Amino acid sequence: MTQAEIEAHQGPSHGTQKAAGKAEAHQQHPLKVYFVVWGWLFVLSAASYMVDYAGLEGYLRWTLILLFMFLKAGLIVAVFMHMVWERLALAYAILLPPLAVVVFMVLMALESDYTFLTRVMFLNSGG
Amino acid sequence: MSEASHTAMGTVQPAAPGLRGVAADWSSDQRAFKNVSWGKAMMWIFLVSDTFVFGCFLVAYMTARMSTAVPWPNASEVFALHIGETNFPLLLIAIMTFVLISSSGTMAMAVNYGYRRNRKMTAILLLATAVLGAAFVGMQVFEWSKLISEGVRPWGNPWGAAQFGSTFFMITGFHGTHVTIGVIFLLIVARKVIRGDYDNGRRGFFTSRQGRWECVEIMGLYWHFVDLVWVFIFAFFYLW
Repeated sequence: MTQAEIEAHQGPSHGTQKAAGKAEAHQQHPLKVYFVVWGWLFVLSAASYMVDYAGLEGYLRWTLILLFMFLKAGLIVAVFMHMVWERLALAYAILLPPLAVVVFMVLMALESDYTFLTRVMFLNSGG
Repeated sequence: MSEASHTAMGTVQPAAPGLRGVAADWSSDQRAFKNVSWGKAMMWIFLVSDTFVFGCFLVAYMTARMSTAVPWPNASEVFALHIGETNFPLLLIAIMTFVLISSSGTMAMAVNYGYRRNRKMTAILLLATAVLGAAFVGMQVFEWSKLISEGVRPWGNPWGAAQFGSTFFMITGFHGTHVTIGVIFLLIVARKVIRGDYDNGRRGFFTSRQGRWECVEIMGLYWHFVDLVWVFIFAFFYLW
C-alpha cells in the first residue's frame, strides 16, 4: 500500500499539512506539452483568420472554419483543462450533456428555415 | 486513463477499463468521480451549465440570422481596421484572439508551477494572465465604442438586419463579463499565492475552506473555459 493509499483510508485528519500537499500532487505534466499546444492554438487561429482573409466561400470555408474550431476547442479541453488525464467517469459526465445543444441547434435550424420561407412568401421584404 | 490518477483522495484504481469502468463508477452507493475533489467537480458542473447558457445565445443568434430575409451585415467589413491606407478585415478580433490564447497559455503554466510549489513563478504567471485578460476587455471596449459611434444599436444598424446589434451586444457582452470576473478572481488567487495561503492552508474569506494548491487549477478551468467560449464566438459570429 502506498503512502497515498494509507492516507486515503485514514482520512485527511491523520495526514500532516505537508503530507496532504504531497499526495495532492496532481496534473503534473512537462511544460513542453503546454508550449506545443500553445503553438498549435496560434497556428490554428492564424489559419482560421486566413480563411476569412483569403475570402474563401461556401462549403470549403465552413469545413475549414469548423475543423479549426473543433481542433482548438479539443486542444484546450484535453490539455489545458487536463481532461485527457481525468477519470473517464468525469469526462463522460462533462462532455456528453453539451450534445443536447447540438440537437437544439438542429431543431432551431429547421424552424428558422421555415420562418424564413414564410417571411419571403408573405412579407415581401422580410422582417 | 488506464492507469491510476493521484490526488488528495489518494490512489483510486479504475474498476475496469473503458465504458465498463464508467458504468461501475456511476453505480449506486458510491462517489461517481472518486479521486476528483468536490471543488474541481463543482467547477466542471458549473462550466457545463455555462456551456448551455452560451449555447443558447449562439443558437438564438443562428435562429435570428437564418430566419431573417434582410441581408446580414458583413462581419469581415464591419470589424475591419483601417491602418494607413490599407483595410485589414477582422484585425482587432484576430489580435484579441491571440491575446486570449496567450492568457490561456500563461494560465496553464501557472497551474503547472503551482503544483511545483513555486510561489513566485505562479504569481507572476497569474498576474500575466490577468494583464492579458484586462487587455482583451480593453480591446472589447474599443470595439464596442467604435461600433456604437458608427450607429450600431440593439434595435438597428446602418448595414442590414436589426438583429445584428442585439445578438452582438448580448453575446460579446456576456463573454466580456466572464472575462472581467475572471480577471478579478485571478487577482484574488494571485494575492493568495503571494501570501502563501496555499502552503499554510489559510482559510478563505468567503468559503472558510483551507487554501490548497488545487485552487489554482480550478481557477484555470474557469479561465480556459472563457477562452473556449471565444473559440466558438470567433467561428460563428465573426467568421460566418
